[in-house]
Amino acid sequence: MDVAQLKRQLFAYTALLFHEGFLDEQFTQLQQLQDENNPDFVVEVVSLFFDDSERLLNELAKALDQQNIDFKKVDAHVHQLKGSSSSIGAQRVQRVCIAFRNYCQDKNVEGCLKCLQQVKHEFSLVKNKLETLFNLEKQILAAGGSPPT
Amino acid sequence: MMESCNCIEPQWPADELLMKYQYISDFFIALAYFSIPLELIYFVKKSSVFPYRWVLVQFGAFIVLCGATHLINLWTFTMHTRTVAVVMTTAKVLTAAVSCATALMLVHIIPDLLSVKTRELFLKNKAAELDREMGLIRTQEETGRHVRMLTHEIRSTLDRHTILKTTLVELGRTLALEECALWMPTRSGLELQLSYTLRQQQNPVGYTVPIHLPVINQVFSSNCAVKISPNSPVARIRPLAGKYIPGEVVAVRVPLLHLSNFQINDWPELSTKRYALMVLMLPSDSARQWHVHELELVEVVADQVAVALSHAAILEESMRARDLLMEQNVALDLARREAETAIRARNDFLAVMNHEMRTPMHAIIALSSLLQETELTPEQRLMVETIMKSSNLLATLINDVLDLSRLEDGSFQLNIVTFNLHAVFREVLNLIKPVASVKKLLITLNLAPDLPEYAVGDEKRLMQVILNVVGNAVKFSKEGGISITAFVAKAEYLRDVRTPEFFPVPSDTHFYLRVQVKDSGSGINHQDIPKLFTKFAHNQSLATRNSGGSGLGLAICKRFVALMDGHIWIESEGLGKGCTATFIVKLGIPEKLNESKFPALPKVPANHIQANFSGLKVLVMDDNGVSRAVTKGLLVHLGCDVTTVSSGDELLRVVSQEHKVVLMDVCTPDIDSYEVAVQIHRLCSKHHERPLLVALTGSTDKLTKENCMRVGMDGVIQKPVSLDKMRNVLSELLER
Repeated sequence: MDVAQLKRQLFAYTALLFHEGFLDEQFTQLQQLQDENNPDFVVEVVSLFFDDSERLLNELAKALDQQNIDFKKVDAHVHQLKGSSSSIGAQRVQRVCIAFRNYCQDKNVEGCLKCLQQVKHEFSLVKNKLETLFNLEKQILAAGGSPPT
Repeated sequence: MMESCNCIEPQWPADELLMKYQYISDFFIALAYFSIPLELIYFVKKSSVFPYRWVLVQFGAFIVLCGATHLINLWTFTMHTRTVAVVMTTAKVLTAAVSCATALMLVHIIPDLLSVKTRELFLKNKAAELDREMGLIRTQEETGRHVRMLTHEIRSTLDRHTILKTTLVELGRTLALEECALWMPTRSGLELQLSYTLRQQQNPVGYTVPIHLPVINQVFSSNCAVKISPNSPVARIRPLAGKYIPGEVVAVRVPLLHLSNFQINDWPELSTKRYALMVLMLPSDSARQWHVHELELVEVVADQVAVALSHAAILEESMRARDLLMEQNVALDLARREAETAIRARNDFLAVMNHEMRTPMHAIIALSSLLQETELTPEQRLMVETIMKSSNLLATLINDVLDLSRLEDGSFQLNIVTFNLHAVFREVLNLIKPVASVKKLLITLNLAPDLPEYAVGDEKRLMQVILNVVGNAVKFSKEGGISITAFVAKAEYLRDVRTPEFFPVPSDTHFYLRVQVKDSGSGINHQDIPKLFTKFAHNQSLATRNSGGSGLGLAICKRFVALMDGHIWIESEGLGKGCTATFIVKLGIPEKLNESKFPALPKVPANHIQANFSGLKVLVMDDNGVSRAVTKGLLVHLGCDVTTVSSGDELLRVVSQEHKVVLMDVCTPDIDSYEVAVQIHRLCSKHHERPLLVALTGSTDKLTKENCMRVGMDGVIQKPVSLDKMRNVLSELLER
């Protein structure tokens, strides 16, 4: 596959992600910040996001597994997750976090558990998609094309 | 020879028969005379109330002495000594004295004794009278008891039929009646219908009698029980039992009271007009007559029945009303819940559609504009341009619909900022000029000289209103010109005869902007003018058929203008004579100094933006690693020298004079960023070189901004931060 085709594929894929709501304008901002001085900015930030979120999700699972759930702690974790996801533009994750926070405030255990499942699901989805995206970029670079701006 | 003795010779010879009889009589008299006082004493001793004791003593003495006299007389029948004679004489003298004294005494006493007798008689009469009265009272009490018992029975139920039946039964029992009947007026009021009887079971209930019979009138006109003839139609309920004399019949009226009859001050008297008739018959073979107390009983009962019936009626009424209310309540509750569900559903729908509709539009518009930048054949270019125009139109429509829903919801809030009023008008002019020149329409803009340059209000929505009005003017004009005038409305101009409920009052902080747009277009019919501002109602004349538009524009404008405490109206002299649209809105007068103290919103790029902040030392505090990385990336891209910290304490430790700007995330739940800001102020107030404090927040409410202002922040940026936003904010801050 040649570079132009790959680029078109990347372009279409990115547009699809935006259309399906996995990403929003914030991700575009991140992409704008990537330049010669900072060629791997997006990948770095996104990896940071993945690590951070996985940690948070584990913490959440643990916290919600307790007999007496400390909703404040759960809320704090969700707040963090929300902040991270909004910073990179992972829109769907962010949205679930908002709902999650509401359930926390209502101290609704069922709702929290449901949201936890949802957020895990969304997170794994967006992770997959972003990894696919990065793979495409790597292929473009490998094929000799200039990195997409 | 006879000795000369002092003896006294009796008058008669001693052995005369007469003398013998005298002797015996004297003896018995003496006996009696002695025993009477003894008896008297004995009985008086027994009784304790005899008042004249000493008279008795006197009397006793008199009797004793009389007796003594007669006793001593016994000795004088034969020869007796002088002593005896002397004794006799003494006794007689004494007796005479005592008896005279007694006689004199009796003169005083006997009238008294007689009066005692009269008093006794008087008392006896009185006692007889009291007895009679007692009898009467007892009878009355009996009656009262009966009435109470009857009333109790009657009032123990609130059911009309039971009340009436009970009345008849109880009356029948109390007065031992043969028959008791109740006649009720029919619905038409012209007849009395036999409704209830006591004993007649086979009587055709439904038997009626015209109401205007003289006997009935007689009964109805008096509130007493009236004796009527047993032959009158109302009393002829039972078949006459032949030779028996029918018992006396009494009839009494029973007022049928209505709720409306109960005035506060006057009890229902003759205002009722509706009566029922109660007829009571004594048993036909007794010689009983109606006694007064029985009649009174009947009258009282009739009144009680009236009251009980009215209570029953009122209760029925109130029960019915209550049932009705409950039904209505339930229905209303259901309706409210349905409405709430509908509103909630709509809000959810809007919230989702808001995003769902905008995202694809956004994608279409963005990608189409990107497409335009690429190499295209002319046909392709044309196609893309059409796509762009259509999608822009669609986007506007979607925004309008969503705006309108939010406006109607009441959830819409104006975005108040300070803006350049003149620039708004110029912008509108620029936007409309191309379309107008195509149609060869002349646009003139007239801004009054006293129109302030800056105003406080919702810039975007004001422009929308002006654009809509001017756009309509252009749309509906085929030739001629459009003139736009804007000036500050003075008080005289504000009071419009057409809108008497609109009382604008300008003040020191606000002024009223009046904008008038006159066009020479197709004009509007008088009767169509009210419809203009209703949603979707489109003026379907030929000229406008193909001019597009959703019909929402004016409706939205009206609501925006109303939110700005203003008024909008359109006048036209008729079809073909053009029309004038005028609106007045309230705008604030900005403070003279520091209009834009807070670069809270990204403004249209100013003429000189510092694009390169190279070497600017910035300190970033955020507890979220990812956000920190992103913000750092942003600043690095702009050329800053960025240090990051993750807590307030770390910030206070690291901050120094070298740092020109400090960016802190204020929505961290654990760290009190405001406190940190205060600390920094304190630390750096000694030196003049304080770093600029900027808050990063995810919330959009005013409270956050106020809090930031309170602790001395220099700026507020809303997350998510874009490159342009950061650039603008930094350049603003550093300009100062």
